[in-house]
Amino acid sequence: EDLRVDGRGCEDYRCAEVETDVVSNTSGSARVKLVDTDVLVGIKAEMGTPKLEKPDEGYLEFYVDCSSNATPELEGRGGEELGTDIANTLYRVFSCENSVDLKSLCINPREHCWVLYVDVLLLECGGNIFDAISIAVKAALFNTRIPKVRVLEDEEGTKEIELSDDPYDCIRLNVDEVPCIVTLSKIGYRHVVDATLQEEACSLASLLISVTSKGTLTSMKKVGKGSLDPESIFEMMETGQRVGKSLHVALQKLLDEEESLGSSRPKVGFLG
Amino acid sequence: MAAVTMRLPQVRGPVGAGAARGAEKHLVAPGDTITTDTGYMRGHGTYVEDDKLIASVAGVVERVNKLVCVRALKARYNGEVGDIVVGRITEVQQKRWKVETNSRLDSVLLLSSINLPGGELRRRSAEDELAMRDYLQEGDLISAEVQSIFSDGAVSLHTRSLKYGKLAQGVLVQVSPSLVKRQKTHFHDLPCGASVILGNNGFIWIYPTPEQKDEEAGGFTTNLEPVPLSDREVISRLRNCIVALVTHKMMLFDTSILYCYEASLPHQIKDILKPEVMEEIILEARQRLLDLEG
Repeated sequence: EDLRVDGRGCEDYRCAEVETDVVSNTSGSARVKLVDTDVLVGIKAEMGTPKLEKPDEGYLEFYVDCSSNATPELEGRGGEELGTDIANTLYRVFSCENSVDLKSLCINPREHCWVLYVDVLLLECGGNIFDAISIAVKAALFNTRIPKVRVLEDEEGTKEIELSDDPYDCIRLNVDEVPCIVTLSKIGYRHVVDATLQEEACSLASLLISVTSKGTLTSMKKVGKGSLDPESIFEMMETGQRVGKSLHVALQKLLDEEESLGSSRPKVGFLG
Repeated sequence: MAAVTMRLPQVRGPVGAGAARGAEKHLVAPGDTITTDTGYMRGHGTYVEDDKLIASVAGVVERVNKLVCVRALKARYNGEVGDIVVGRITEVQQKRWKVETNSRLDSVLLLSSINLPGGELRRRSAEDELAMRDYLQEGDLISAEVQSIFSDGAVSLHTRSLKYGKLAQGVLVQVSPSLVKRQKTHFHDLPCGASVILGNNGFIWIYPTPEQKDEEAGGFTTNLEPVPLSDREVISRLRNCIVALVTHKMMLFDTSILYCYEASLPHQIKDILKPEVMEEIILEARQRLLDLEG
């Protein structure tokens, strides 16, 4: 039987509200609200030097801040551990080479590249934070606009950065391969997707799977103090792939719809 | 089949212009001046500054002759003798249990205030003290009545009736205590097939209606048989209806819950929590309640 306390099936998500371009001084931003889970992601693109082992690629840096208002356990310094945990998970998820086209972030090999600083702010924790954060990161990456820059070298060797005059002339990132995290929590003998706080309290173990829109798994992580049977891990992986694909389809449809509304879209932001 | 719905956020105004509600209520926010007349005595929720009476909480001003107080709209539960509460055991102490009831202090359930299994009436001995954990453990949910209030405001509960005791399978919804209407009885058997206990402290317990009503258990045996799917659907629907009523700040009592349930029948259970469906259901329920009154 497929019935949870709030009437959803085991693979149903709660109603999500996604809005991009909410923070004006970032290169890209997104806010995701899953009933009572609220996440804000801002991306700033800055120029930096590429890493030594990958001289012709840019890179991403993640920083997660769990606001003390999110839940009572996070007051004071309690949010730091959770923040580093989420950041490490995001690094793992995006460690796959194809997820973001890092070569497009290169300006001059071995000298300049774009570094995307992804800042995640967890405003309210109502269960299923990893999924909400990954949806917000994907939406923010879709919304990111990086200005086109050329670095010219003078005769004496001084570098000049030339920015294009048109503020709308910018590069957009291709987010087709960006993975989204699906959290499957094991409750009893079944597993559920998008657990609320009450359901998370009842589940002893969960599996975090990051899935791309084509269904390929990029990383997997088990959390919780309980144990998971290998057969149930297979089942959960299959469910995760299926759910992940439909999640990507819904998100891409919404992002395209939002894009097509253009500047006529009424901005709701935080005052709605 | 997974169902994922995503949407763009929309600004939603308050649902349904409130019909004229009798006398005008004097609503204040913290810092608002209530009156500059010095002849009044100040009650809860007020303070005096510069010869003015100022509100310290957000709520409704209540005046009884010369006493002015402000009753907050969202506050912790303040116990009154005779209230029904639903609480969760947090600690097992020497001769009593500490119960969490969404109030400022944990409530107390004395060993002498419970019904021993089997319905015996005797003095509680040392063995009873040692066997306390067999009756109620940490994490159990109970329904009880307020017997008295201690001087510091802590509430003392009792379960000295067969209708109170440990709660078995069901769903708990936590709401603000001010939204639960005071009525003659708080145990309702709804005609849709489930029963509900509206605790005055804001804890609402929804459970499947038991078939046999006359059990001599005394409220300590828990029925852990699996609940049939039809009952579970009714309970989920009721839970979503209560959440919808609370989101729109409507008073909770058996008639409002029933009207909301009936208005939600054409929709699927999981759709009730979508904002537009919620508004539609609430409008219909509110209309029926207004027709009932006037």
